[in-house]
Amino acid sequence: MRKTLAVSALALMAAGATQAQELRFMCYQDGAECDAWAEAFQSFEAENPGTTVVVDVVPYQAIIESLPIQLEVGEGPDLARITDYGGLARFLLDVRPMVSDPDLIEARYGPSLAWARVGDNAPDGIYNIVDQLTATGGFANATLFEQAGVEMPGPGASWADWAEASRAVRDATGVDFAMAIDRTGHRFAAPAMSFGAALFNDEGEALVIDDGFRSFSEQFVAWHEDGTLARDVWAGAGGGTYQDAAGEFINANLVMYYSGSWQIGRFGRDIGDAFDWVATGAVCGPAACTGMPGGAGIVGLNRTEHPEAVAKLMEFVARDDIQAQVLAQTRNLPANAELQANGIAYQDVTPEVAAALTAFAASVPDFSDTAYALQGYQFNRAVYTNIPARLTQAIVGELSLDDALARLEQDVADAIAEAR
Amino acid sequence: MAAIVRALYEGAFNLFEKPMQMLQYSLGAHRMAWVFLLPNLLIFGLFTYLPILLNVWYAGTSGDRILLGERDWTGAANFATLLDCGSYLDPNTCRRDLFWRAVHNTGWFVVLQVGFMILLSLIAALILNRNIPLKGFFRAVFFYPVLLSPVVVALIWKWILQRNGVLNAGLDWAGMPTVNWLLDPSWAFFWIVFVSIWANMGFYVLILLAGLQSIPSDVYEAAEMDGTPAWRSLLRITLPLLTPTLLVVMVLSLIRAVQAFDEIYVLTGGGPGSATTLLIQYIYDVGFATRPRQFGLAAAASLLMAGVLLVLTLLQLAATRKRAEDG
Repeated sequence: MRKTLAVSALALMAAGATQAQELRFMCYQDGAECDAWAEAFQSFEAENPGTTVVVDVVPYQAIIESLPIQLEVGEGPDLARITDYGGLARFLLDVRPMVSDPDLIEARYGPSLAWARVGDNAPDGIYNIVDQLTATGGFANATLFEQAGVEMPGPGASWADWAEASRAVRDATGVDFAMAIDRTGHRFAAPAMSFGAALFNDEGEALVIDDGFRSFSEQFVAWHEDGTLARDVWAGAGGGTYQDAAGEFINANLVMYYSGSWQIGRFGRDIGDAFDWVATGAVCGPAACTGMPGGAGIVGLNRTEHPEAVAKLMEFVARDDIQAQVLAQTRNLPANAELQANGIAYQDVTPEVAAALTAFAASVPDFSDTAYALQGYQFNRAVYTNIPARLTQAIVGELSLDDALARLEQDVADAIAEAR
Repeated sequence: MAAIVRALYEGAFNLFEKPMQMLQYSLGAHRMAWVFLLPNLLIFGLFTYLPILLNVWYAGTSGDRILLGERDWTGAANFATLLDCGSYLDPNTCRRDLFWRAVHNTGWFVVLQVGFMILLSLIAALILNRNIPLKGFFRAVFFYPVLLSPVVVALIWKWILQRNGVLNAGLDWAGMPTVNWLLDPSWAFFWIVFVSIWANMGFYVLILLAGLQSIPSDVYEAAEMDGTPAWRSLLRITLPLLTPTLLVVMVLSLIRAVQAFDEIYVLTGGGPGSATTLLIQYIYDVGFATRPRQFGLAAAASLLMAGVLLVLTLLQLAATRKRAEDG
């Protein structure tokens, strides 16, 4: 009798162990993304008894620095919210064979699915569901324009138009900075493409320093020399360190700021009604009017012991109704084609935030193919981190621009060779 | 109570007596030293020597993988890349120009920081060694920055030196032109030296004070009786007798200066450009900050730096030994 009871108990425990699955989700948030997902996962848990999702909220730095090392040594979570699809490509789980309707996911997320189909990953694999599409673009302080009596450049305005107008506003109002661009190659790439940079050679490898790239680089350095661009942002750091100018914009010390849609929530919250601001969308150059796409997405990791459960969760994350619910809370742009077409009913947004979201969403379809190619390029981080390191040397006079560009080309080539 | 504690202590002590006796019997008395050293040797081996060996191994490999088994063995290729230079005096002629800029910056930083730090620490110690009012207070003032975290030190100075910082506000108030202290390469370099001295000087002042107080006072009394002027006492008595302490200070500050990173990284990020990028930051940038991560190159750079440090330390030790032998 005692023996029978013990065996039954063991069998029950074993059954429980196979049924109860805990998925760990490493998540970073710009605003309330992880909170919104934690709330949404309650529905998932109700639909899938026995599976629980633990959301570990971590700083972005942990995603960039700790997660790759954990994965390298075979540790880490079951899922994560990441931005570096190329760098983590070999750790991603292809859920296509395990989801019920891969074609629907393909139809909804096609362009952003391509960002993780790099390296040895399957060309039709489903590795990521982007829950925060981002687009680079400008923001302008409308109140400063009004105070200065300067007409704000409209849609389709060029970088030259914005530079001239911003300088006039700065001079009239006495603020410190006319324009600023975040210190990263990701932000630099969009205007470079607008000036005609092809970035890739015929074999699809970056980085090519052509006339377009050189042309914007010359303009970029010249704008630092004449004070059009805030020197503090690029010259204020070394190496590939990221630095933004959001603080200066929020403090109304900057006329025009080139950053991206992820700043909208922060500006809505931190600026409040202190001054009026608008999103300019993409800014034009002689060759194009493109911004850079990007975005954070949820990925399953191939080290997981519960691939089926991860696939189920990914399918849940991809659902239109779930995406709409989360995006309404997080106030992000959708990567889901259906939601892009129908729009999102954002909750509690000010007219400025709503207008900015619309402006950025409207600019995305016009982004160039090169911009999408760069975002999906496996070694795009080599481009993004080396551009600020070398161009800053040209800005502060350590290197001539020609030398800086030659070094940049070599650095990217060396970094890619190291990674291959 | 004391008796209980004593009994417990003796009980615990006696617990090991028998096994240790047996061990001594089997190993012999002269080998017992190794038994006592073993725990420390294991800890040292695991946390010091093993990482050094791993570093050497990484330096001979390439790729962005972490696991050694997944990395390609390339021998001395990383060292050859780092040392590939037209002229070591001109970083622009080097394949890895940023490494050589970091080497140059570190060289200048070490010379200026160590030189001025020892000079200022010595002056401060000489003053604090005299009977001045509020002596204890001033000693605490000099030592206080040493207690602060390097990040805190850097953030304090960043708030002082940034465009709208305290220093520029003061200059503006006084009707003087303001300066972007951290955006001009020369000024930025000046400030990393200054801040580093400010943050670390107290430690060396304390050591020198101890050295000064160990000099017998009767030597000074004899000099005073002979009518020796103060400056002569300083040159002929104080400095020669303080030399061993000064050597210790020099070795410590030299090693610390070569390893400088945290304060400077927070204060300037190595910029503007590469004006304040020192060797440790270069290693950090190459190995961790830029993508793809080049662990092999970073490991090779750190070994080159370790080699330089080793040479410097051996030179200093040789100088100390020679002086001790000379009496």
